[in-house]
Parts: sequence; structure tokens; C-alpha cells
Amino acid sequence: MDLRTSPDEQAFRAEARAWLEAAVAELPPKPPAEDWAARRAHDTTWQRTLHDAGYAGLDWPPEAGGRGATPGQHLIFLEEAERAGAPYVGVGFVGLLHAGPTIAAEGSTEQRARYLPPILRGEEVWCQGFSEPGAGSDLASLSTRAVLDGDHYVVNGQKIWTSFAQVADFCELLVRTDPAAPKHRGITWLILPMDTPGIEVRPLRTIGGSSEFSEVFLTDVRVPVANRVGDENDGWRVAMVTFSFERGTAFVGDLLGARRLHESLVETARASGAWEDGGIRRELGHLGADLDALWALTLRNVTQAERGSGVPGLGGSVFKLHYTQVRHRMGDLAMRLLGPDGLDLQDEHVRGWVYAMSMTIAAGTTQIQRNIIGERILGLPKEPA
Amino acid sequence: MNFDLDADERALQQGIRDLCRSDTAPDHPRAREAAGGVDRDNWRELGRAGVFALRLAESEGGVELGLTGAALVFEELGRALVPGPLVASHLAGALVDGAAMGDRVVGLVERGQGVAFVEHLEAVDVLVALDDDGLWSVAPGSFEAEPVTAPLDPLTPVHRVTELPMGEQLAGPEDASRWWLEGAVLTAAFATGIASATTDAAVAYAKEREQFGRPIGSFQAVKHLCADMLTRAEVGRAATYAAACAVDDPAAVDDPGRAVASALLLATEAAFVNGKDCIQVHGGMGFTWEANVHLYVKRAAVLRTRFGGADAHAEAAAATW
Repeated sequence: MDLRTSPDEQAFRAEARAWLEAAVAELPPKPPAEDWAARRAHDTTWQRTLHDAGYAGLDWPPEAGGRGATPGQHLIFLEEAERAGAPYVGVGFVGLLHAGPTIAAEGSTEQRARYLPPILRGEEVWCQGFSEPGAGSDLASLSTRAVLDGDHYVVNGQKIWTSFAQVADFCELLVRTDPAAPKHRGITWLILPMDTPGIEVRPLRTIGGSSEFSEVFLTDVRVPVANRVGDENDGWRVAMVTFSFERGTAFVGDLLGARRLHESLVETARASGAWEDGGIRRELGHLGADLDALWALTLRNVTQAERGSGVPGLGGSVFKLHYTQVRHRMGDLAMRLLGPDGLDLQDEHVRGWVYAMSMTIAAGTTQIQRNIIGERILGLPKEPA
Repeated sequence: MNFDLDADERALQQGIRDLCRSDTAPDHPRAREAAGGVDRDNWRELGRAGVFALRLAESEGGVELGLTGAALVFEELGRALVPGPLVASHLAGALVDGAAMGDRVVGLVERGQGVAFVEHLEAVDVLVALDDDGLWSVAPGSFEAEPVTAPLDPLTPVHRVTELPMGEQLAGPEDASRWWLEGAVLTAAFATGIASATTDAAVAYAKEREQFGRPIGSFQAVKHLCADMLTRAEVGRAATYAAACAVDDPAAVDDPGRAVASALLLATEAAFVNGKDCIQVHGGMGFTWEANVHLYVKRAAVLRTRFGGADAHAEAAAATW
């Protein structure tokens, strides 16, 4: 066990660093946060740039059009991208990180050929239609109905927390096809073209003032049966397959951003004189220790992913549970240090504090993470029904 | 990436775990308590197994492992709550004759302002005083020492020493700072073992103990305590392994000192908080002396006083930013 990278990994880092520095220098300025058409253009142009240089779908298998990089190389690329100030996936989030890998694993030959290359080239954008107003933590209780009518499913219902719905071409949609079956067994995974009649997208404003989430209303929306991925009523398994691909790299960019934010907070404390206060200093030291430990945890998770060792899922759940709480502590401390300067939502620390409140909710709340750790990793009995 | 145990490291870990198995027998801590914490035969057994010598050259009886290997060993010693001045005797392996094989017990005291606290004074053959100027051998019988009549950890007897003699210099400031760094990592590793053992004990009890007609571990209130314990232990472990690797290979990181301070802070905190949570999960039984659950949190409290204490570890981490 050591903290070294292999000669191959060092060569990969050097190559990625040189390319990223040159590519980032050519980037146009970042568009305004609420100009969604411009953001789509910005993010997909970057994806195209990655694609043309052979860096698209770094972690995707070669047969799906990806580079088939090792988890270690993927980590290195994310690290170098953050260092160079390169954009992260942006509006490509769902396509690159979830819908694409799901189709790669579970889609038919035709589906893979049709949908994967445009994701990698940045030509098509995806959104996720999983959560519903009545199905959040209990996602499997979703009630959006799909009824077979000839060679189409007719879909009625409502989805929520659909990121980038206003600029998406497709939606990975979970629908209920068998209301009589136990809740996990009556769900089907569909590819929904977002230009189908009957779809209404209403953006939601978050407490951060942004509008990346939408509500999506579906009224008699006709989806071809050919757009089904996997078998009818097998959609829960299809959706979960991708989560098990997680290789410990999901939060790398985010964590590196948090380290930068921590350094900036130390600077803020030094400039204001708060650093002279031993209590403040120790809290900042403690947060730095936690962020470094989370980096070490990431290196361990990635090593285990490469070796196929360790307890599956342990690293990811432990990371998410701890990291999101560290972000709360860091945000709370920032608000104390900023004083009245903390009343400006444009300040990066204030944004970080607000963002932290979403992190302990999104992608499995802190409470659900603790259930997962307790039941799936520690083997504790399930909560009485 | 190579940041996880390899086959040799797993074998080393398992070997020490097996060696310590007898120490985890339910009646064992009380036998130790009667013996004042250090059992000479057991100490020699640890010595023969390589606990104190494993980083030494083969010519000196060691196997030339790095601090990373030693950390894995100390994690297992912590898991089994093995008592005695283990860190000091390990660090003294090359410096004090007989320490490496477990024939002599070496203690450590941090020289500072005011009263010094010496652990296991009656069991040690050689006491090493550590300060910024170096390492000093202080004869254990050469100064006045007042025993703490009710030591917090029954397996760690403590004496108060008002005037610690200067002693005879064993090594200079460079060795002293190396002892700080390596001692901190081994202490963090021992604490990681406690954090992990308390998680295992709490989870096992939560599966077995029934109230309201079901195992208490089925209730989220208890389950979530256990999940947080695992998380603390895993975070502390990651930090500790990183610190050990950083000391073995300083060129691989920006600042080994920061890695060590972070590991000591997080791992001892994990042991301390998990020790308390372990008692909480055990309920009233956890608060009884006989149940032995208290020994974990009490040893964690001992560890948290080492190398300046928890606040100093946070200060040391802050000083690197």
C-alpha cells in the first residue's frame, strides 16, 4: 500500500495536463447561470472537444464507445480537469453518468448504436424522470402510469427534480406498468423523447435562486415500445445496475472544489483577523483534516474498484454521508466568519452553504444513507414495516 | 493506484489479529487489570512476534517493514485493547537494548510545562522523556512519583510526576521529531482499531438485543448510531493509512506533517466518540464495569492526551494551511 501513482498513470497525467491546459485556454467565457440555451451550447461544445481528443466517456467501456480508462486514470483526469479549471459534465450529467451507462449495460444493440454516440459527442442531452412528488426516498412507490396501447405505452403522471429538463432531448423515465405487482416489480425503464406531445416542463426555483430542476407533467404521452430498455416490469433492476457501477469517482470534482473553498476560507479568516482565535483556527484545521481524509478515502475506493476488492458500496456510502456533513460544517463556519458579508448570495461561501443543504438530500438523503450503511453493509435488520 | 492492503499486508494483519485473539476473551481484561496492565510473558510474546522489531534491519531481528506495516499491526493491537507502553517500546526498538524482542519494557513521557503524567511507570524498565531537544533516558526509580489511585483506564496505571529529572541523552532533536511523527501515526492506528472494534461490538449487540419484540438494530435510532460509527472508523482509517504512507514516502505528498496531524485528530476522535456510542448502544449493561465496553472509551481517552492532546492535533493541522 502506498500513495504513489504508477509510471503509466504518471504518463497519463502528463498527457491529460498538457491537453487540458491548451483546451481550456480556447474555452469561451462561461454563460450566465440562467441562460439555459447558452449553457447547453457551452457544455456540449466542451463535450465535443473532449470527444475529438479521445477523452469522452473516459470510464465507459470501449464497446460502448468509451476509452475504457482504469478508475485510477479517471480519477487523475478529473483531478487535472479541476486543476485546469475545465468544465465538469454540466448538462451532460444524466447522459454521461447515468442514462448512457444504463443503455450500455442493458440496452439492445440498436439502442446502444442509436443513443450512445450522440451522448459522447455532446449532440444529445438527457434528463432523469425518476422522482415524483409522492416518491422521493421511497422511489419504488412511483405512480406515473404507462398503459400498453398497440406498439406504444401511453404515459400519464408527474415527475419532479428533473435536472436540465428544459434543454434535454431525452428523458430516462421510470413508469409503473403493473400496479398489482409488489412495488419494485411493476416498474419499467423507458427512453422518452422530450419533443413528444403531452410533455409540459415547469422549472422550479431552488433556494439558491437557480432553476436547474423542473417539474415534468406527462399527459397521454405516447412512447414506442421499442424505447423500452430491458423487460417490462424489470425497470427497477435496470435503474439500479448503473448505481452499482459507481467507482468512487462521483464526487471527485466536488471534493476538489471543496478543498479550494476551504483554502479560500482560511484566507478569509486570516484577512479578517479571525485566524487569531484559536477556536476558529482549530475548526479550520479540523475541516482540512476531514477533507484530506475524504481524499484518502477516495484513493482507497478507486484502488478497490480497480482490484474488485473491498465491500461493494461501502466506500461510496461512507464517503457521501461524511462529505455532505463536512460541507454543512464548512458552510456554517463560513457564515459565522462572513458576518453581514454572508447576506450576499453571490459570495462563493454563501453559495456553498446553501448548496450543502441540497447535498444531504439529493441522491439518497443522509437518513437513507444511514439506512443503507446499517442494513446493507452492517447487516442490521430492516425497520419494522 | 495502490492505496489499499496487498496480500502480504492482509496476512500481517491477520497474523497479529490471531495472536491477539486471546486478549479479546471476555475475562482477559480483568486478569490484566490485576497485573497492572503489563504481563511480562505476554510482552515477550508480542516481542517474539515482531511487534517491536518489525521495522528493524534483519541483522537486528527485524523484517525491515515500513511504518505502514507497523500501523497495520498497531491497529490490531488497538482492536484487542492490548495494554502497555506499546508505542514507546516499538519506537525504542533500535535505541534501547532488549526493547525489540520484548525483553525490556520501554515507557514514554512527554516533557512539558507542569506536572508530567507517566503511564505504566511500575512496569517499565526504561523511561524515555521526549522534548524538542531530544530523547532522554530517565531511570524509573530516580524521581518522586505519586500514583493516581483510581486511574480512568484500569489497564493504564498513571503516576503524577512534579519534577522529572533531565536524564541521560539518548538522541538529538531529529530523532525526537521522528518519534513525534511515528508515534503519532502508531497512536492513530491503535485508535483506529478501537474505533473499528467498538463498531463491531455495537453492531453485534444491536443484532442480538431485543426490545419491543425485535432486535434494537432494526430501529433507525440505533441503526443510524451504528452507521455513524462505521463512517467515523472508516474516515479515521483512511487518514491513518495515508499518514503512514506519507511518512514512509514523503515525496508522494505535499506535507507529511499535515497528514499525520489529521490522522491523529480524526482517529482518536473516532475512537473516543465511538467508545461513547458503543456504551449508548449497549444501554445500561454498557455502563457496568463487568461488561468491559467501558474499556474502549477509557483507552481512547488515554490516547487523546498523547502528543499534546486533541486541541493540539487540530492546531497542528491548522498550522499547515
